Amino acid sequence: MSGPLEQADGRLIGASVPRPDAQRLAAGCGRYLDDLSPHGVQHVVFYRSPFARARIHAIDVTQAAAMPGVSAVLTGADIATVCAPWTTRLALVTTHVSASQTPLAIDEAYWQGEAVVAVVAATRAQAEDALEAIEIDWEEVDPVVDPEAALAPGAPTCHPGIATNLALESHASRGDPGVAFAGAHRVVARRFKFGRQTGVPLEPRGILASFDRRTGELDIQQSHQVPFQMQEIFAAQLDLPLEKVRVACPDVGGAFGIKLHAYADEIAVAAIAVLLGRPVKFQADRLESFVSDVHARDASVDAQLAVDADGRILGLDVDLLFCFGAVSVYPRSSTGEALQAFSLSGAAYQVPAFRGRVRGAFVNKVPTGAYRAVGQPIANAVIEQLMDDAAAAIGMDPVALRRLNHLPSRPDDGSMLLTPGGIPLGPLSLDACLDQVLERMDYPGLRAAQADAAADAAASGVYRGIGLCTFVELTGVGASIYGPNAVRVAGKESVRLSLAPSGRIVCRTSATEQGQGTRTGLTQIVAQALEVPMELVAVAGGDTGRDPHGGGAWASRGIALAGEAALLAAADLRANILAVAAGLTGKEAATLRLAAGAVVDAGNAQLFTLQEIARFAHYDTIPIKLAAIPEMTVERSYTPIGKPYFAANGIQAAHVEVDVGTGMVKVLDMWVVEDCGRVINPLLTDEQIRGGVVQGIGAALFEECIYSESGQMSNASLADYLIPMAGEMPQIHVGHVSTPERETSLGAKGVGEAGTVGAIGAIWCAVNDALRPLAQTVWRQPFTPAHVLDVLHHPEARMAPVALRPFDGDGSAVEN
Amino acid sequence: MNDLLETGVEEAGISFVLNGRPVRHVVPVRRNLVDFLRHDLGLTAAHVGCEVGVCGACNVRVDGAVVRGCLMLAVQVDGLAVDTIEGMNDSGEIAGLQRAFVACNALQCGYCTPGMLMTACELLRQNACPSRGEIRDAISGNYCRCTGYQSIVDAVALAAQGGQP
Repeated sequence: MSGPLEQADGRLIGASVPRPDAQRLAAGCGRYLDDLSPHGVQHVVFYRSPFARARIHAIDVTQAAAMPGVSAVLTGADIATVCAPWTTRLALVTTHVSASQTPLAIDEAYWQGEAVVAVVAATRAQAEDALEAIEIDWEEVDPVVDPEAALAPGAPTCHPGIATNLALESHASRGDPGVAFAGAHRVVARRFKFGRQTGVPLEPRGILASFDRRTGELDIQQSHQVPFQMQEIFAAQLDLPLEKVRVACPDVGGAFGIKLHAYADEIAVAAIAVLLGRPVKFQADRLESFVSDVHARDASVDAQLAVDADGRILGLDVDLLFCFGAVSVYPRSSTGEALQAFSLSGAAYQVPAFRGRVRGAFVNKVPTGAYRAVGQPIANAVIEQLMDDAAAAIGMDPVALRRLNHLPSRPDDGSMLLTPGGIPLGPLSLDACLDQVLERMDYPGLRAAQADAAADAAASGVYRGIGLCTFVELTGVGASIYGPNAVRVAGKESVRLSLAPSGRIVCRTSATEQGQGTRTGLTQIVAQALEVPMELVAVAGGDTGRDPHGGGAWASRGIALAGEAALLAAADLRANILAVAAGLTGKEAATLRLAAGAVVDAGNAQLFTLQEIARFAHYDTIPIKLAAIPEMTVERSYTPIGKPYFAANGIQAAHVEVDVGTGMVKVLDMWVVEDCGRVINPLLTDEQIRGGVVQGIGAALFEECIYSESGQMSNASLADYLIPMAGEMPQIHVGHVSTPERETSLGAKGVGEAGTVGAIGAIWCAVNDALRPLAQTVWRQPFTPAHVLDVLHHPEARMAPVALRPFDGDGSAVEN
Repeated sequence: MNDLLETGVEEAGISFVLNGRPVRHVVPVRRNLVDFLRHDLGLTAAHVGCEVGVCGACNVRVDGAVVRGCLMLAVQVDGLAVDTIEGMNDSGEIAGLQRAFVACNALQCGYCTPGMLMTACELLRQNACPSRGEIRDAISGNYCRCTGYQSIVDAVALAAQGGQP
């Protein structure tokens, strides 16, 4: 046997194989949640709070309950008879105290969009008709909307269940930042504002729940990323044995982290199924998705960077304030974005002195949670803009400044590097990625063209800018986050492989698929490891009733973890298949191997096809001269042991045009060079990156959940909340550097979030590079035409000088 | 089919040609076309994404023109011809596009794909050899949240080179 890394290379691993699933989806044969309609299914719709905060004095449902087709109208008190409340807690973050939650609001609602009453009817239209007949006696309460005001001394809380709106506070420091900043050649400081976003999977959330009173079994179909987590939650809240709850995910029409959480309204649907004993379905419509799906980002950051005369970083100081919602999303909490943005601050660079503070505030808005690349775009955008500011301040090219300060690449056996925030990182390839991206984009050529066009720019009002964003990305997250925090979310991924009686290979996995191509990647890995054609391998997942236990999909871990589990399982199954062949022939198993779907001997003579092995092993075991017949089903799990995460890295570059007459930003080109370790399928990987980049461009230029001062989301429709369309997106050029993950035989790191991680930062730098001749900068994302015109023409809209915390007595004593 | 009869809601009989075959139905007059196709007739390829006519996931073809299924009422197709992706798949009309979409990985979750194929087919019927810019313009009424659109442009261009929509 060759070494493990060689083992993972080959004809299928690394090949641009089209997805087998794609044919079915292109034929219109996708099977999404709303396509499922079992006999007798009833439709659930929710009356949602129209106010950011309001007390409920009385709910009158008598008229609604008498409407045609209506079978039940249920309030929070009705649901509470079968469903326990829950509280989001993290054992290690003891300061994070969220108010207790119930499936439907009782007594008071805490954000616009919180579900208050459920109507169950024969059709969705009838249920919606009945919503109109519900009478609620509301008393509006002044909401807490602004995060800074929420944290001011004496501020009223946004929820009576909490003592303070301070949802999170954490500090870290290393070195002596006070000395570093005092002795710096230049200090650049800036305030950043990151708008509130949401994920907008094109298929809204949905759930179909059936409870069989004869068996006590709850059967859930859910458009979701993590069925095992949901199985735990439904069982716990409804007091059912875990084994009596099954959660399965049909085709999922996009997720991006949004479908990672336990939503109160979806728990309500499961409770309604138990109460009514018949199948009930909730399919969110787009309008309610905007005020009930988790939101994300929503942060302001004050940051400063100290450099010496040569451009070497001396110190970094960051102060992040995140705006959560009224409660912390269950069960993983709303803290992930804040903590990840904090711990990855300056991650790609050598930062000898660091001081950081991160806080989160509860306010009366939609709860925040995971959205693609959780926190990482914020960490990267901040440091990259500071790097450009520092380069300009000392008259250095931004590329040279980055190269000077990059974390070094390390040999495979080198020790881990620590980010300023204390995250250990494995081998990186920052300079190699930088070299490749500069060549691909012709950086000197673009800079020369920019200089040549400078004179014309003043006349035409169209300025071009170039931006770079180095990034370090955490992928393959294992058991280090949720287990120690007493959150029942599996860190492992599992694969169960069988040689079926048909002779085909059946693979069930805990890793779920929302279009990433995980199943295709697993198919390639299994087919290669067992030397069978891909057509003979069937991969499926997303069903707690059929799959081995594991996580699902988040943090770019599907291929990185489940892929390794598949490789391990395939090695075991191969050994068992060869043992059967040895038992049939009397030859030594060590002299046999698999080739082209068959067992061959040392002389390459075919002994048995896999169909023949399957027939013997399942139906005709007498000829197998062994004391015990080897199992034709094996199951293996994988979770990283040596490190909490894998660390991918890369660089994005943006070339933009800013029209100062209209404020429009046009992205001319984007380049990404990233290192996700071993690439299993370049075709799928590249478009996965491009999709992430487009979500990042959307964040940079268009997407924001806009709230009024009274806590109303004022652009809550897909006509008003802008997401990118094809006509305004550039060509996105993707390249790879490959540093295989040394923790695994497969060597793959995750890649699902890489595109989103660096796009905001690259475009931010590019826009401000374009505006540099005008001595103005954009400072709040998204960089809409209105914001660009504001900073150009309205002095009061420009970034105010940043009031930074003094370096003495700031509470930054916590060393990492 | 239980959705068809909604007590207290006005209904109307309609006849039209669905994927080449004549059909008659009674529908609530307020029922939109995509809900009617999906929930009453079981033709689930057209999806509902935004319900305000901007995302294109619900595209279907009515008398040869691609329309938003969420903005049209079922009663409006009385006397007309309606084509869905199911029909266009079965007839082979979009086989070239489908092959190109698979080859280029021009879909991830697949939710937007039927609407995207509908639009791409209409484009290639009007312009057999579109430029990449023309393709981008044509599909700009169809949201895709998963791909970066680039592979979809690649696929439509590839199908056009193949000379078949």
